[in-house]
Amino acid sequence: MNAVYLAQDPTLADFGRDPWWLVLGKIVFAFALGLVATLLGVWFERRVVGYMQVRPGPNQVGPFGLLQTLADGLKMAFKEDILPRAADKVVYFFAPVISVVCAVTALSVIPFGPMVSIFGHRTPLQVTDVPVAVLVLLACSSLAVYGIVLGGWASGSTYPLLGGLRSSAQMISYEVAMGLSIVAVFMTAGTMSTSGIVAAQGDATRLSVFGTEIPAPGWYAILLLPSFVIFFIATVGETNRAPFDLPEAESELVAGFMTEYSSLKFALFMLSEYVAMVTMSAVTVTLFLGGWRAPWPITLWEGANSGWWPMLWFFGKVIMLVFVFVWLRGTLPRLRYDQFMRFGWKVLLPINLVWILVLAGLRSIEDWDRSSKLIAVGIPAGILLLATLFWPARRPQPKPTLQEQVNNRPPGSFPLPPMDLQVPPSPRIRRVVAEREPANIAAGPDSREV
Amino acid sequence: MTTQTVLAAAGEVSGGEQVTFWILAPLALIGAIGMIAARNAVHSALWLVLTMLCLGVFYVLQAGPFIGMVQIIVYTGAIMMLFLFVLMLVGRDASDSLIETLRGQRAAAVVLGLGFAGLVGGGLWRALKGSTAVGLEQANAEGNVQGIARLLFTKYVFAFELTSALLITAAVGAMVLAHIERRREDKADQVATMKARFRPGTYPGPKPGPGVFATSSSVATPARLPDGRLTERSTPDILPVRELSAQETSLKGTDK
Repeated sequence: MNAVYLAQDPTLADFGRDPWWLVLGKIVFAFALGLVATLLGVWFERRVVGYMQVRPGPNQVGPFGLLQTLADGLKMAFKEDILPRAADKVVYFFAPVISVVCAVTALSVIPFGPMVSIFGHRTPLQVTDVPVAVLVLLACSSLAVYGIVLGGWASGSTYPLLGGLRSSAQMISYEVAMGLSIVAVFMTAGTMSTSGIVAAQGDATRLSVFGTEIPAPGWYAILLLPSFVIFFIATVGETNRAPFDLPEAESELVAGFMTEYSSLKFALFMLSEYVAMVTMSAVTVTLFLGGWRAPWPITLWEGANSGWWPMLWFFGKVIMLVFVFVWLRGTLPRLRYDQFMRFGWKVLLPINLVWILVLAGLRSIEDWDRSSKLIAVGIPAGILLLATLFWPARRPQPKPTLQEQVNNRPPGSFPLPPMDLQVPPSPRIRRVVAEREPANIAAGPDSREV
Repeated sequence: MTTQTVLAAAGEVSGGEQVTFWILAPLALIGAIGMIAARNAVHSALWLVLTMLCLGVFYVLQAGPFIGMVQIIVYTGAIMMLFLFVLMLVGRDASDSLIETLRGQRAAAVVLGLGFAGLVGGGLWRALKGSTAVGLEQANAEGNVQGIARLLFTKYVFAFELTSALLITAAVGAMVLAHIERRREDKADQVATMKARFRPGTYPGPKPGPGVFATSSSVATPARLPDGRLTERSTPDILPVRELSAQETSLKGTDK
């Protein structure tokens, strides 16, 4: 059984052997997936947010309102395409295109499933894989910033420019946190190819509990929990989703970088946002949630990780993460810009660095014998404990009383009324409490009508 | 990737590689020329981005996928983004002026550029003179990324650390130079600001709004004081005080 199990995992050597029609089919599938994901994603988000806010959401066009996004998209295509007079025409045109291209390209290295057989060809369910596939994902997300920044700059207007500047600072900051949390995955998996990382999460050791064999979790979301949490937060920052949607904060910047965009170009920006959300969820699933591998209770069935079934598990996990994105949007208020930046640089980054250090330390003492391991872990832990115990505590300054504050005022300050001043009641108050005639509430002719 | 590596190691060029090269090489050149020729600083940066992207793809073609992707992430994604960030802060209409503020700047740039190219070329030539190429097969024996990591953290670890220390020093220095920290004592307290406000010679009340008692609602129209004089304090400093021309005060002909 083990040999069959392993044969499902594609290796790098399995890529680049497809006939041209299969390659084309896979590319078209990935592209169509992006478009369909947008159509359904917008509907899903509006319905879920509607449910959370106790209102129905779109429910008129098509069954359950499913075609609402399609109708909106068609309407958008027929709207007037406005080109601002101050716009930089070429850059203004290319900015949304860059956004969409980057968002869709990232889907090409996502493994949707194991080796399957399509018309007699055994092929992995993934457009392509390279030894540095995760870096391709990072490159796509770092180039996607250009779409937003250039869109903001080329509009020739103030709000888009501010939105563009914000987004460039935001995405660069959160890319650092994101890249660092992937480092832990690289260290554990020993590879940068996405199919390799999925394979590395599969070979879990089996624990035997009361006679039954239960596979220990191999998902990096559990093994590398801090990295997973930081990665997901950085993902939300990277896709400009609430609560980190500062580049398009409508209360401050109208619509941010897309204020001046209309018609199809605006639709392209919307498309790229939703495709990026799905792509980032898919990346999180691939890196941390076991990719297309089935979760534990399903793995008791032996065929769970072979054939076309894994695609179902994969998309189930992706939809779950997209739901989390929507949930965050429905729950959390938008952060202030300085809070957001402080969170990225002063919280996520140091925690990430310390965690990588700890992980590297743990991995380097893996092969030692038990006593040396205990010493290697015990000494730093002891030092840390002592440091936290005997760290000079910073006692908060006692708050000065009101009288002290008054006494501490510099000479020449303006006079204050005495502290025990009794303010007499205003004579005007009496006028407000005028006596009213008692209302006539006797049963009149109206009461009979009920 | 594996087929590419094998081909590149054997010194052969596949058809796909040739097609990619002949499409991207002119693009890279156009980008380089455009970067120098473009008047607008942001356009210049964008042309450079194009060249860098093409270079990244070239690295990947040359069986160096790691360095190609890092080129795109670091140079295109981060460094050029910071350039754009600064250029946008400067303003979108900041085109290059053709007046040289430094005398002999171009000649010095040409001489220094040639000197730098000579230094780099000479250094490379001296470094490669005695070495023999072992081929990609052996260099990538443990995998491309692992090979780079091994060299970076064993043979070149000192140079690597030195470079990173240099970069960090530069970054910290830039921050120290740019950062202005106001001391607590320098901050005027409420008493001092109030005294400055009511000092003789300054007018403590709010400024009159523009257009008060005026014939026009424009912000450029100064307010009138109770004695009939115009007060320039009511208009923003960047707007010159002017009376409306006859054409501006005449009826617009819209009420036919």
